[in-house]
Amino acid sequence: MNKRVSFRRLRALCRKETLQILRDPSSNIIAFVLPVVLLFIFGYGINLDSSAVTIGLVLEDTGPEARRFANNLYGSPYLKVTTGLTRSGMEQTMTAGEVRGFVVVPVDFSEKLKNPTDTAPLLVVADGAEPNTANFVQNYMNGVWNGWLQQRAAEQGVSPPIGISIDSRFWFNPSAESRNYLIPGSITIIMTVIGTLLTSLVVAREWERGTMEALLASPVTRAELLLSKLLPYYALGIISLFLCVGVSVFILKVPFRGSLFALWVIGSLFLTSSLGLGLLLSTVLRNQFNAAQASLNAAFLPALMLSGFIYEIRSMPVFIQAVTYLIPARYFVTAMQTLFQAGNVWPLLISSGLFLLLSSIFFIGLTALKTRRRLE
Amino acid sequence: MNDALVTLEAVSKSFPGTDKPALENISSALWPGRITGLVGPDGAGKTTLIRLMAGLLAPTSGSICVSGLDPIRDAAKLREFVGYMPQKFGLYEDLSVLENLELHADLRGVLGAQRTVIFERLLGFTDLARFTTRLAGKLSGGMKQKLGLACALLGQPRLLLLDEPGVGVDPISRRELWKMVHELIGQGIAVVWSTAYLDEAELCQDVLLMNEGQLLFSGKPSDLTNRIRDRSFQIRHAGGSRRQLLARALRRPEVMDGVIQGHSVRLLLRDNATHPNLLELEAGEQAELVQVTPRFEDAFIEALGGGPGGDSVLAQRLRPVVGVQDTVVEAVELTKLFGDFAATDHVNFAVKRGEIFGLLGPNGAGKSTTFRMMCGLLAPTSGTARVLGIDLKTSASLARQQLGYMAQKFSLYGGLTVRQNLMFFSGIYGLKGERQKAMVNGMIDIFKMEPFLHTTPDTLPLGFKQRLALACAVMHEPPLLFLDEPTSGVDPVTRREFWTHINGVVEKGVTVMVTTHFMDEAEYCDRIALVFRGKIIAAGTPDQLKEQVSTPENPDPTMEDAFIALVQGQSQEDSL
Repeated sequence: MNKRVSFRRLRALCRKETLQILRDPSSNIIAFVLPVVLLFIFGYGINLDSSAVTIGLVLEDTGPEARRFANNLYGSPYLKVTTGLTRSGMEQTMTAGEVRGFVVVPVDFSEKLKNPTDTAPLLVVADGAEPNTANFVQNYMNGVWNGWLQQRAAEQGVSPPIGISIDSRFWFNPSAESRNYLIPGSITIIMTVIGTLLTSLVVAREWERGTMEALLASPVTRAELLLSKLLPYYALGIISLFLCVGVSVFILKVPFRGSLFALWVIGSLFLTSSLGLGLLLSTVLRNQFNAAQASLNAAFLPALMLSGFIYEIRSMPVFIQAVTYLIPARYFVTAMQTLFQAGNVWPLLISSGLFLLLSSIFFIGLTALKTRRRLE
Repeated sequence: MNDALVTLEAVSKSFPGTDKPALENISSALWPGRITGLVGPDGAGKTTLIRLMAGLLAPTSGSICVSGLDPIRDAAKLREFVGYMPQKFGLYEDLSVLENLELHADLRGVLGAQRTVIFERLLGFTDLARFTTRLAGKLSGGMKQKLGLACALLGQPRLLLLDEPGVGVDPISRRELWKMVHELIGQGIAVVWSTAYLDEAELCQDVLLMNEGQLLFSGKPSDLTNRIRDRSFQIRHAGGSRRQLLARALRRPEVMDGVIQGHSVRLLLRDNATHPNLLELEAGEQAELVQVTPRFEDAFIEALGGGPGGDSVLAQRLRPVVGVQDTVVEAVELTKLFGDFAATDHVNFAVKRGEIFGLLGPNGAGKSTTFRMMCGLLAPTSGTARVLGIDLKTSASLARQQLGYMAQKFSLYGGLTVRQNLMFFSGIYGLKGERQKAMVNGMIDIFKMEPFLHTTPDTLPLGFKQRLALACAVMHEPPLLFLDEPTSGVDPVTRREFWTHINGVVEKGVTVMVTTHFMDEAEYCDRIALVFRGKIIAAGTPDQLKEQVSTPENPDPTMEDAFIALVQGQSQEDSL
């Protein structure tokens, strides 16, 4: 009886937990259906690339130079051009949201090209209501403009007026497809939901239904109780993790460049930390509704907003950036994005892994402290 | 006599955040081979005491000794021989009967050949052998209770703690469980059975009678009832309104407590008091005063210092109901299906003006479903529900304005203060301005709620919540009152006070419809319908129903006897 963990009791509890998972439709949906649905949403539904921005064009100068510039605009794969007659008419079109910005080729366009002055020969107006898109408009217009200048110079056999040209190239994600970094991030969200939300609900449910009381009155020890909740949900989480990676690689065609071993280690560490948080919340709250609320706020939302999964951490205010260092999901996102896009970059994986290990120890240790063999 | 298995010495328990201790200075002893009843209303401290004995809570002061062990320090050893069934039975509803048993067997180290033998014995004992593969969640209340008991019995405990095993279980299953527990004490097990049903106390060998954390009595139930021997009486064959008779009787100084029992009025007299004069009570010419066997509840009331008076200040304040037709509530072939399960199955009844009509049956029998259809809260699948001549199918909201509804668990707003609750409920029933103010202040006066006006109902004692809920239901002076399990878990004194008000408003012409699973509550009703598995299996006055089942062996059956006999008769008919 002095044994802290009896294998027989632990096996019985794990068996019970597994049967419950298998019979509970909501556990199955969260573990197996939700991940696939989320992956497809992030893979196909959400796209942070901006292809084909709609812009307007007002040609006030109808000279050959202006026409040629306009043709360059029409030919760009990134722009969808609508032609207008007057500036004010185009302004209204933009206010109505039909275009994201517009370009005015003024009457003196050809004139200014011949005699370059300080003022730009073009007017570009962008809709600032959506700063991201406004940036795109500006950048694309710069690109088109520079391209046109070079092309014109080449035709005329003179060197281009600007010495430096920018030719950007994306490393690790050559086609710069947002799917390739959204997928590893969304796996983080899925692991958080399984690890924290699902476990916090099941333990709270035991309290609500009075089964926890029956368990506590039996010879079960504290370690057995904790392990019997950790092990089955760990297994569930790991299966779900590999399912996600499989779907990502084979169906969504996201490249995976790291090793499966590293994936398993990092995944296990993150899962343990999430499970620890989930168990801690439900042990303290003992109520399904509160546990769901708390895990939403303590795990899901930070994983969504502060992990760098969707919102770039470097563009956050300094204080918020400091907070993100405390979010386990941040390290998992980094590790997953590394594994998917760059491969086994050990220093990065090890430092992320170390933090996840620390947070696992912290949450599980705290849960062990808070788990009482009594009802108080 | 053997040594006591459990001794309690000056045990107190307080919970942080509450100013009243849950248990105060409890000293007693529990013996092997006996059933000790832990009897008292909700909030008495029964569950806390059981949890202390199971080592799930630590006492604030005092000491507990279970077979020489301290339940907290020696928790591991204690768990080897204590079986515990928590409220709601502590079963995993998504595991089958056998899986639940196997889990507890593994946890308690019941293995191998021993397990086979014990399983066989327990499954036979509980009659669950046919259902081993059924999920626990799909069992009836009675079967869940037996499975919970079987799980608690697995380690062959010497102390068996059962927390409210009778709640949510029909009377027949409850009787079977009593039989099973009696077999267990034959084997020398000490059984603790906690219950809010006072009539169950008489089935125990020893009783700890508790109220609000205090131990009122500890000993044999007959010792308690013997204290009031020769003091329980019934006035039988009284003429006129027995409700008015009861009110008159309760005004007499020699009468300590009184309730209505069918056509009779039951009285508890003070010690050494003279018998009340039936002529002075205007009981009618045929009336006779008959001495009856004291009940445990009489003794409880005596221990609490007597019941409340018989006059309802509430009723005095309300205006008499005028101009309402004779049949106030009517159900015709009323049916409600949930999927293919008939919660209410072709139910017919009619309630006359000024009548108290009760729907009586165990939890899950379909009382609340029927009730909700009568209030227009639930649409019937087929059949008609009519109140005050209004068909609920066509004008439910019109009907709802005319009735007062007190829901199970009282559905008050926990976030609003007592005064805000009163203002809100009077407001939604259309009371405005001076009239609303006067009525709200009147209710505060009648129910003595002044000290609680700015607290929220959640923190009030159960009895006060019940008063507040009643106040909220009657402020618009409805001619018809619906009460759904109004006195569930409330102590008998508060329950009497509640019925005094109800009797008072009925005298003013209000019609009352009530549901209850307390068999003895049915005695307050003019007519009752017994509901079982969605059907009305019998209807009539309480006395008629009891007479139907009276036999030479049991000439004076209780309402529960009647219920069981009628249900058994029904299932025999079904099998024919």
